[in-house]
Amino acid sequence: MTHVATHSVRSVIRALGRLWLVPVTLVVWEIATRSAAQPFFPPPSAILARMHEIWFSGPASHLLLTDKALDDFGPSLARLFGGWLAAAALGVLIGTAIGCSSRLADYLDPLIELGRAVPPPLLVPFFLALLKLGTPAQLATIVFGVIWPILLNTIDGTRGVDRQHLETARIFGFSTAQRLRQVILPAAMPKIFAGLRLALSLALILLVIAEIFGGTGGIGYQLLYAQRSYLYPDMWGCLVMLGLLGYLLNSAFLLLERRVLAWHRGARQTN
Amino acid sequence: MLEITELVHSYGSHRVLDGVSLSVAEGELVSVVGPSGCGKSTLLRSIAGLIRPSGGQILLGGRPVDQIPDNLAIVFQDYSRSLFPWMTAANNVALPLRRRGLDRRRRREAAMAALDQVGLADAGGKYPWEMSGGMQQRVSIARALAYRPSLLLMDEPFGSVDAQTREDLEDLVLRVCAHHGMTILLITHDIDESVYVGDRVIVLTRSPARVSADLKVDLGASRDQIATRQLDEFVRLRAEVGRLVRGGSTTATTVLEQH
Repeated sequence: MTHVATHSVRSVIRALGRLWLVPVTLVVWEIATRSAAQPFFPPPSAILARMHEIWFSGPASHLLLTDKALDDFGPSLARLFGGWLAAAALGVLIGTAIGCSSRLADYLDPLIELGRAVPPPLLVPFFLALLKLGTPAQLATIVFGVIWPILLNTIDGTRGVDRQHLETARIFGFSTAQRLRQVILPAAMPKIFAGLRLALSLALILLVIAEIFGGTGGIGYQLLYAQRSYLYPDMWGCLVMLGLLGYLLNSAFLLLERRVLAWHRGARQTN
Repeated sequence: MLEITELVHSYGSHRVLDGVSLSVAEGELVSVVGPSGCGKSTLLRSIAGLIRPSGGQILLGGRPVDQIPDNLAIVFQDYSRSLFPWMTAANNVALPLRRRGLDRRRRREAAMAALDQVGLADAGGKYPWEMSGGMQQRVSIARALAYRPSLLLMDEPFGSVDAQTREDLEDLVLRVCAHHGMTILLITHDIDESVYVGDRVIVLTRSPARVSADLKVDLGASRDQIATRQLDEFVRLRAEVGRLVRGGSTTATTVLEQH
């Protein structure tokens, strides 16, 4: 018990040791912006006050979120996750097919190399011309932009399954579905998850770009609107919110990964 | 049970098997021994249907092996690449039993029974990487047992564990397989081991491999790590197999038999 107690005390101290730079940065930021007294650079206290006012002063039954917060974040998050999940499904599906068939890989490799070389933000005008303004074009931008790391990592992962694991599956007569679900996909999962994590942070960037260029709502549109209306605390609020969102998404994903890939960490530590 | 006639295999222009003929009777444990790199693994992979040999014939239970037989199991040397690290020991053993048409509960029961037989009754919930090498190889053996194959192939099954564990595993295989009356072809480069576990020892020549001797092991059914290895017959057989593996010709055998 005492061992556990000292251990947890030590980990708290270590966490504090890492986090001290955050308040220090905030204080320096506050002092610098106050002494500069520029309207373009509001102090963090003003940014937070504004964020509280427009987004986080709602009723407790709505987790303090205002209607405007729900209007701004709701559609954005739906697009972000919708696009990311669609890209994940497509990427893993196509990637597994390519990873398992060298014939398919020969046909599709040039196309993939070409597709991933196109900078995704450039596709916004293309999708805007092709699809309806708003969500369809934004979703298309996100899906097309973030599918590449998922696709390439899935190909790599499914191709790299240990030969002896595959032979074991053949000897014991696994069906095709069993081989996919019990052997190939689990073996490729560490690589697939690395791709998914990269895609998640990319999806946030593309969401903002898509909303700035072709949006009528959402956090990226709010950012543009605030900047054009000289509402600098609002604009900064959007930036801070995006930073927080990115951090939260990544942390949540790492938690999920730690659960799903517990075997992988264990196996790596003992080998 | 297993009948191999004039098996030939080449990788490109490199001939690995040069007319190997051997047979294994039902319930027999036959060890195949030969110098490193002589083509033992190619032989095993041909029997398993993992590669198609260039020539010759393999009959398993009277039927030619032209794809992977459905009544055959393998225990590989490298357990860490054969067990699935994302599954518990019990699931590793139970998964192949789906094709036997058992429902979930029956598969689970069969897996636990097999784990119990290899002395891992309490380890079903563990992942392979939470176990020692010897325990992992026991799980592979349990997987093969639960599968109830008519032929069990073992490819250097004790090659990656320490000496003490190796002896334990040798005795485990002898005990469990006698209990189930299993038919086993065990491949090894260890001369002692080939004699200790085998009912018969088949010695292969240096590459390209041919059968240089097929020796009956008259050591009785029950073996003991200390007592068996002291028997004159054991010492004589070990010396003979040793000479053959080291490239000695059959003359060594003849000389010995004259004594």
